[in-house]
Amino acid sequence: MGAAPDRHIPTPANRGLDQNTSKSMGSSEAPKISLVTRSQKAPAWSRSIFNLDSGFKGLMLVAGITVLGIVGLIIAELLQRSALAWQKFGFQFFTGSAWDPVSGEFGALPFVFGTIVSSILALIIAVPLALAVAVFVTEMCPPLLRKPISFATELLAAIPSIIYGVWAMFILIPMLRGHINPLLIKYLGWTNLFKVPDYGYSMFAAGVVVAIMIIPIISSISREVLAVVPQHQREAALALGATRWEMIRMGVLRNARAGIVGAIILGLGRALGETMAVTLVIGNSPQIAKSLLAPGYTMAAVIANEFNEATDELYRSALIEIGLALFVVTIVVNILAGLMVWTVTRGVPAGARGQ
Amino acid sequence: MANNGFTQLRRTLTNHLATVVAATLSALVVSALVAIFAFLAIKGATSLNWAFLTQTPKPVGEVGGGMANALIGSVIILLIASILGLPVGIGAGIYLAEYGQNRLGQAIRFTADVLNGVPSIVIGLVAYGLVVYQQGHFSALAGGVALAIMMVPILARTTEEMLRLVPTAVREAAFGLGIPQWRTTISITLATARAGIITGIMLAFARVAGETAPLLFTTLGNQFWSLSPNQPMAALPLQIYVYANSPYEDWHRQAWAGALLLIIMIVGTTSIVRFVFRQRIGGGVR
Repeated sequence: MGAAPDRHIPTPANRGLDQNTSKSMGSSEAPKISLVTRSQKAPAWSRSIFNLDSGFKGLMLVAGITVLGIVGLIIAELLQRSALAWQKFGFQFFTGSAWDPVSGEFGALPFVFGTIVSSILALIIAVPLALAVAVFVTEMCPPLLRKPISFATELLAAIPSIIYGVWAMFILIPMLRGHINPLLIKYLGWTNLFKVPDYGYSMFAAGVVVAIMIIPIISSISREVLAVVPQHQREAALALGATRWEMIRMGVLRNARAGIVGAIILGLGRALGETMAVTLVIGNSPQIAKSLLAPGYTMAAVIANEFNEATDELYRSALIEIGLALFVVTIVVNILAGLMVWTVTRGVPAGARGQ
Repeated sequence: MANNGFTQLRRTLTNHLATVVAATLSALVVSALVAIFAFLAIKGATSLNWAFLTQTPKPVGEVGGGMANALIGSVIILLIASILGLPVGIGAGIYLAEYGQNRLGQAIRFTADVLNGVPSIVIGLVAYGLVVYQQGHFSALAGGVALAIMMVPILARTTEEMLRLVPTAVREAAFGLGIPQWRTTISITLATARAGIITGIMLAFARVAGETAPLLFTTLGNQFWSLSPNQPMAALPLQIYVYANSPYEDWHRQAWAGALLLIIMIVGTTSIVRFVFRQRIGGGVR
């Protein structure tokens, strides 16, 4: 904003405020100016000796600093409470695949594997759908449908994770088992990714739920990015005789590439940390299975499931170390994505974006 | 020439194909939403009854009972979260909008965005360490702290954005009348952006009201009435989680009822806010 006037400029009312202290300041002429009659009845707050302005600013500053403090606290807290596991296992914590709390063996590889696989699976499903929505809404659809479709995707974002979980557990999983999974086994069985036995609670189910959950974020940011592609790019493509799809492909998508990749990475950040819905459908079994139809486990899910049962310090510390890893990864992913989106949308006022 | 015509045909067909594919996939996304809401409405509405709203849970295995304590618990936890989170979030937003054109402002903005991306389960772990571990027992307060931490970045960024929509001329007019800057901010700038800031608050509420992960090892849940913020407390999302994960048919029914109630609260808030305030933000401030 920067244009805020210097608040030390003596305005008539300010001089009025200074009346109480005027003796010490030696500016006794000030009250003669008739403009300040209003200040004679100045309320108590304005007569305060304190400089309320800097007091107020200080207060707001404290609130702002608190934000920095919270993140500092998060980092300190996670580092301190995971120290025990780090000392004991070092980096092998993330390469070991034995998770046996009873005998004090902690290897987080199955959870890292589950988190990565379920997130990538979610991206594979969500990206085409989300981009289709973004392209359809910004470039193709009749204006009448634009608002309802945008609203529907926004609503998807408002549904809490736990509700996705309940829905997936009771509706999606039976549906997948009954109709989708048999087809996948029949036609994609040769990849070894879809094999019987079909447990229902599986990596695949988790991927599908998380996909539905991250569609809104990918599509809404992609929409923002597509909307800032200059109109003349589209006009130029059409003027050269391009069809609408060629115009979208060459004139729009190519220009928005970095931003779309950013939107996808942002979706990845969301997928990595997804907890409740995943916990309810992934089957919670610390194994590294080749088949996507077998149960798995993720970093977030193991914390949610086992933290309350973790009675000894080492167990708890191991779970907090998983939390720390999750924290670091999501932050790196989010910062990366933010930068990519920013390179596309910078310089365009927020109000001019999106539909 | 024939070749040219063929190319032309291919291009036209590709164009139509792309449109059809995009439209189909969009329809698929919308139908996912419809499916979720339809099942919530059907399963939830048939499960919702008076007992659900007025009774506490029955002992394990018994049919009946409700989530009255969880409903009240959720309200109390949200209240604690807003007492802690609102002043910090809105204060930080004011700082960013009015004084934040410097290095420190940049740092706070960046940190708020980072905080916004932290998985909620991690925030739960931190609240456990900060409150539960120190106190030695689970409490609603700890859950309130976790949700407050989640609210702060949302509030800070929306408040800043809304205050920035207030034209500088309005501030200058206030300064010109001799109103000190703090008074200008409170009575002029904040008042002008009021609708937008209320929207931000409601959206922050809607965002954290359904959070389960940060409550798992902070408020813990409770099968009985508990109104003390210093005790483990039931919360709607927690109760839904426990019931959905249980082997009992009747608890599944209640999980659906709870889910319906929760979604009504959240989507209700979100859409009411959108529709009531959309025009006032647009017309009043810009």
